[in-house]
Amino acid sequence: MSGELIVFYVLSAITVIGALGVVLDRNVVRATLMLLIALLGVAGIFLVAFAEFLALAQILLYGGAVTIVVLFSIMLTRTADLRVNLDNPQRPMAALIAIAAFVLLTLTFVNSDIGELDGTTSVAIPGADVGSSGFETVGDVLFNQWAIPFEIASLVLLVAMIGAIALARSDDPEDAGEIASGSPEGAGQKT
Amino acid sequence: MNEFNWTFVAIAVLGLFGLFSFLATVVLSLTWYERKMLARIQMRVGPSRVGPHGLLQPVADVFKLMAKEDVRPDVSSKSLFWIAPVLVLVPAFLVWITIPFADGLVVQPQDLGLLYVVAISTLGIVGLLLAGYTSASKYSVLGGIRAAAQLVSYEIPIIVVVLAIAILVQSLDLRDVITGNEVVIGERVITFNGQGAIPFAAIMPLGAVIFLIAGLAELGRTPFDIHHAESEVVGGPFLEYSGAHWAVFFLAEYFNTFVIAALTVLLFFGGWSWPSPPESIFGTALEEWQTDALGVAWFLFKTYLVIGLFFWFRGTYPRLRIDQLMAFGWQILIPLSFVNLILMAIVMFYEWPLWAMPAISVPLLAATAYLAARRNDRKVNTGSVTLYRRQKRADGGNELVPPAAATYEEAGARGAGN
Repeated sequence: MSGELIVFYVLSAITVIGALGVVLDRNVVRATLMLLIALLGVAGIFLVAFAEFLALAQILLYGGAVTIVVLFSIMLTRTADLRVNLDNPQRPMAALIAIAAFVLLTLTFVNSDIGELDGTTSVAIPGADVGSSGFETVGDVLFNQWAIPFEIASLVLLVAMIGAIALARSDDPEDAGEIASGSPEGAGQKT
Repeated sequence: MNEFNWTFVAIAVLGLFGLFSFLATVVLSLTWYERKMLARIQMRVGPSRVGPHGLLQPVADVFKLMAKEDVRPDVSSKSLFWIAPVLVLVPAFLVWITIPFADGLVVQPQDLGLLYVVAISTLGIVGLLLAGYTSASKYSVLGGIRAAAQLVSYEIPIIVVVLAIAILVQSLDLRDVITGNEVVIGERVITFNGQGAIPFAAIMPLGAVIFLIAGLAELGRTPFDIHHAESEVVGGPFLEYSGAHWAVFFLAEYFNTFVIAALTVLLFFGGWSWPSPPESIFGTALEEWQTDALGVAWFLFKTYLVIGLFFWFRGTYPRLRIDQLMAFGWQILIPLSFVNLILMAIVMFYEWPLWAMPAISVPLLAATAYLAARRNDRKVNTGSVTLYRRQKRADGGNELVPPAAATYEEAGARGAGN
């Protein structure tokens, strides 16, 4: 067994354990940490596959930003409620969707030409050398060949962002004024 | 590259050990430097008892921290509480792998060095949030959330300035930022200058200023230390940590200070090369190890100067309020950094001369500073606290009563009655 394979198996084990931890751990914060471990494990697998740019983007976006946002929302909401809500009657539906997604991904994987990957040429980006990080090619493909899908994706993100702000924002002008002036009225009424 | 190379792994492990020992020594020197410098600013002597000029004080501090009792709050989650300091330290250390001290003197050079530095340093925020949360104290939770909000906000201007640098050298390799880069497009070879002759601070003064300020905020040092401000959130995320585990946070903080200063020197002040010493003053041509040693010394000297600037800020500036801090980041620094990026892109795309950058951005910087100062003058009243009184209602509930003039008269009457 080559060293590369050992590293791959170790990383896969870390990813799977992390993913299982996300689902099985009842402590929400610990589950988020497990999510971070799973995402970093995936970044490691990208590195083994010589996709340095993808690995770093994974760490920057998922490892850093997404985990922080999840932790943030857990800390700003009431975690005591979340602990009770972890189980709900939507379980069968969730299982169905998860299995469907798994089948779809497996079929795509089996039907792809990933078996031809020999460690010297990149399958995802034709023509990119494995030795270089290939980020010039990634940029070229992203902004020339797939420019319109890329722009549409960013538009979707923008819409989601504006939607989130519109949902979270209170239209009540008194509410906004309360936060600004720091009056304890809201806190007083709750107790 | 297909065969997994065990010698390579062994060399990498050795390199990491060497780097860690070097950085730990640097941290020791930095604590002494900071205490001495703050002491001079405040007209004190500073550490002077342990060793000559107090030079052995950091060593004594290490023994003190190691001997201290390590306490954990009973209510906190044990594993998460102990893992949080490590989550802060590991990224702070990993960033150093790709930082070149001199030409060729780097543990692992990377094509994507700049992206690597930015990506890895975001991971530390998770550790701070976790530390705040698992300490099970209101102050540390607040501090953790403050830290995350601050660090995430100030990450953006840093990334955008780094992008502008990447446009300028057409490479993400940290070595290319110093030595320059050549791009081959078809038959044409375009050379992008490094910082051998002109440091990037001269080309991109706006970027340098943004990077310094955002970097300082990223470190959470004064005047941006709101997440562990003693008078507001006690110790923030570090509140419940003591002894060796607190020392780990401390180590990470100084690693980060050193890395931000080193990046400032690398990206804007020419790293080991600018201004390169003329070989003629040595009489003979230097051997490779001699140039390397000279480069490292020069690089470290500049880095310590930048760190000295940070300590100077700490000694002289008052702390920002949290809303000022966030407003400054989002309303001034981020737009400015984008202006810097777009300017850089225009200058490079239309192949304008490079002096167009400072010619446009210096007046812009001055105008922004003037406008920001004027706006602060106008908006003096930025928030007030109204004291409400809790009063018993007839049905037994509580009612909050806004302050009225009567309150003061009442107090006056009581005073007169006595």
